[in-house]
Amino acid sequence: MQASRQQPRTLKHRLWVAFLVVPPIVFMSLFVVYPILSAFAYAFYDWQGLARGEFVGLKNFKEVLFGATMAPVVWNAFLHNVYALIALMIIQNGGGFFLAWLLYKEPFGFRFHRVAIFVPVVLSTIIVGFLWKLFLNPNFGIINQALYSIGLDSWAKPWLGDSSTALGALILANAWHFVGFPALVYLAGMQRIPPDVIEAARLDGTNEWQLLKNIVWPLVAPSTTILFTLLFIGAFNWFEIPYVMVGLDGSPFGSTDVLGLVFYRTAFGNQSASIQNFGMGSALATLLFLFIVVFASMLTLWLRRREIQF
Amino acid sequence: MKLTRRILMGAAAGGFLLSGTAAMAQTELTFWSWRQEDRAFYQDIIKKFQAKEPGITVKFETYAPENYQTILSTALAAGRGPDVIQVRAYGNLETIATPGYLLALDQQNVPELANFPEPALAAETLRPDGKVYAVPFAMQAQLVVYNKKIFKDNNLNPPKTWDEMMALAQALKAKNINPFSNGTATAWQNETIVGGLLSSMLGKEFEADIVSGKANFTDPRFVNALAKLKDISQYFAPNFTGVDYPSSQQLFVAGRAAMFAGGSYEVANFKNQNPTLDLGVFPAPVLKAGDQALIATYYDGGYAVNAKTEKKDAALKFVRFLATPEYGTAFTNTLKNLSPIKGIKIEDPITQDVAKLAENSMSYLMLVRFRYQEPSGSVLLQSNVQKMLAGQQTPEQAAAEINKGIATYYKPFQK
Repeated sequence: MQASRQQPRTLKHRLWVAFLVVPPIVFMSLFVVYPILSAFAYAFYDWQGLARGEFVGLKNFKEVLFGATMAPVVWNAFLHNVYALIALMIIQNGGGFFLAWLLYKEPFGFRFHRVAIFVPVVLSTIIVGFLWKLFLNPNFGIINQALYSIGLDSWAKPWLGDSSTALGALILANAWHFVGFPALVYLAGMQRIPPDVIEAARLDGTNEWQLLKNIVWPLVAPSTTILFTLLFIGAFNWFEIPYVMVGLDGSPFGSTDVLGLVFYRTAFGNQSASIQNFGMGSALATLLFLFIVVFASMLTLWLRRREIQF
Repeated sequence: MKLTRRILMGAAAGGFLLSGTAAMAQTELTFWSWRQEDRAFYQDIIKKFQAKEPGITVKFETYAPENYQTILSTALAAGRGPDVIQVRAYGNLETIATPGYLLALDQQNVPELANFPEPALAAETLRPDGKVYAVPFAMQAQLVVYNKKIFKDNNLNPPKTWDEMMALAQALKAKNINPFSNGTATAWQNETIVGGLLSSMLGKEFEADIVSGKANFTDPRFVNALAKLKDISQYFAPNFTGVDYPSSQQLFVAGRAAMFAGGSYEVANFKNQNPTLDLGVFPAPVLKAGDQALIATYYDGGYAVNAKTEKKDAALKFVRFLATPEYGTAFTNTLKNLSPIKGIKIEDPITQDVAKLAENSMSYLMLVRFRYQEPSGSVLLQSNVQKMLAGQQTPEQAAAEINKGIATYYKPFQK
């Protein structure tokens, strides 16, 4: 009796599960898995514009990694991505951590500041890019104007036109844009620390630095894991801020070139300088994707092991 | 009953016939372009065309310039795409023409091709098969645009020689006027500056020698011209290495600089933003008096027919119309861009000047000859001139880098 009542229910249950699972699988395969696999396949062909030519095996990959024309550009850009990762790790995530600590201590007006710090994150990257481009304008931007007004004329620079400062300027603009995100994640992490742990540490007479270093930092490790992984992915896919502020060429003379810009120029062409090579662009995209997936997974595993439960 | 049926059938047949004739009479062409800002002009042209060909309607659709090539080639690769296509020239034309997406044009299907000068057709010719794939629409030139009022107020005349140019810039600077509004932060501006200022010093002979392989880019003519450019860059916009394209345009439009080395297409744009500007143009100064003054010219693009269109006859009719002097005249006078079609009547005085200057011109070298392969001559010239003007390499080093890049694929340099 019971069995016969359960039979239709399991079938119904299975149908229900299928009903829930199949649409997302179809959607994912169609719009995520298929494009990734086809980009991978495209990388093995020669292209005339977007018309597929003959199968060329690993030629595009070889060209991207070792070719006389392409490889120096790619490695130069890769190095800039690495710089950006390290600098943003320190400025953006580190700054976020300290901002979170300040907010955690609930100083006067902390509710206002909690919102204020997050506002730039909500702005469109295009707007932030243009805004900072205006700030950094060598002749009427507020940064140089401010330097002139306090007599530091010699510090004023054409920030985005000087190859020694351009990449740094992009990194700072990016940190200003996103620092609210790590701040918020760290703040949430800190608020999850049981208050008695901090209380106990204070009773034991720790100073502020020891408290941060030995108690808070280890206990927000899960936040660090997620933030570092996201930053890693973001730094290697970096595109919008450089594109808006210095253009597709990584101006001046490649000093701000990053892999995202190289990919775009290669796959789709740069109207004012070069023509497209879709196969090479696909090869670069594939390599970048594999690099990010492999390293992000390894990073996550490694960082997870260092987390402490409480 | 029978009657009603008959009436119904008659009505249906009548309706069918009516819709049939309507369909026959109206062939609808789609026409793609990246010139959203010229929409009003094209709508007007389509009306004029329809007055001649009442059976054909044309639907004008535009896409953003930076995505145009991608959207177009995607559509063409999928076997769709518009019937009539605005295409670019040179290397960018090849990426679309090589896979066979475009209909080859000749004196048979478009007799109006005879209305065009040879270099204009060359810009729309696929090098491997030597066939023309589009009807060219505009010639552009790199030269110097100047503010006539500033020149007049300071008793200055357009300079003929390089020394005169340097003296003039010095005189303006002494009076606290920016001689040039140019900046180099936007990479491609470095190429337009070279075209606008150095063409006369390079000369047609240099171009011929580059093409034949008799000279390469380490030639003294090229190196010396770059050195002169480095010299005059002290008169560019303040902090010019950080001044991007829009900022340099604004500086000139606001009347805060006397000259702008760049494209003839800037004139209409400058006038739109500040109609009170009184502008003139002059060619790149010559090294010594008596040399031939040149501007650097190239062709923007053309109108092509989709090879797969089912409305080939109608599309060809439209493209033929776009190749008539009547169209060229309207194009030139409305858009203030010089149509390459012979026998047009130009109203705008500056466009007349450009047309006259174009009689003595060399190619806008890197776009016309070296934008087919990577590293393109444009990429090399832009980044190396940018680097040289920033003081981070000498003219000799810049020339050597440019030459090295091009020599990787350019046969005449490999000898």
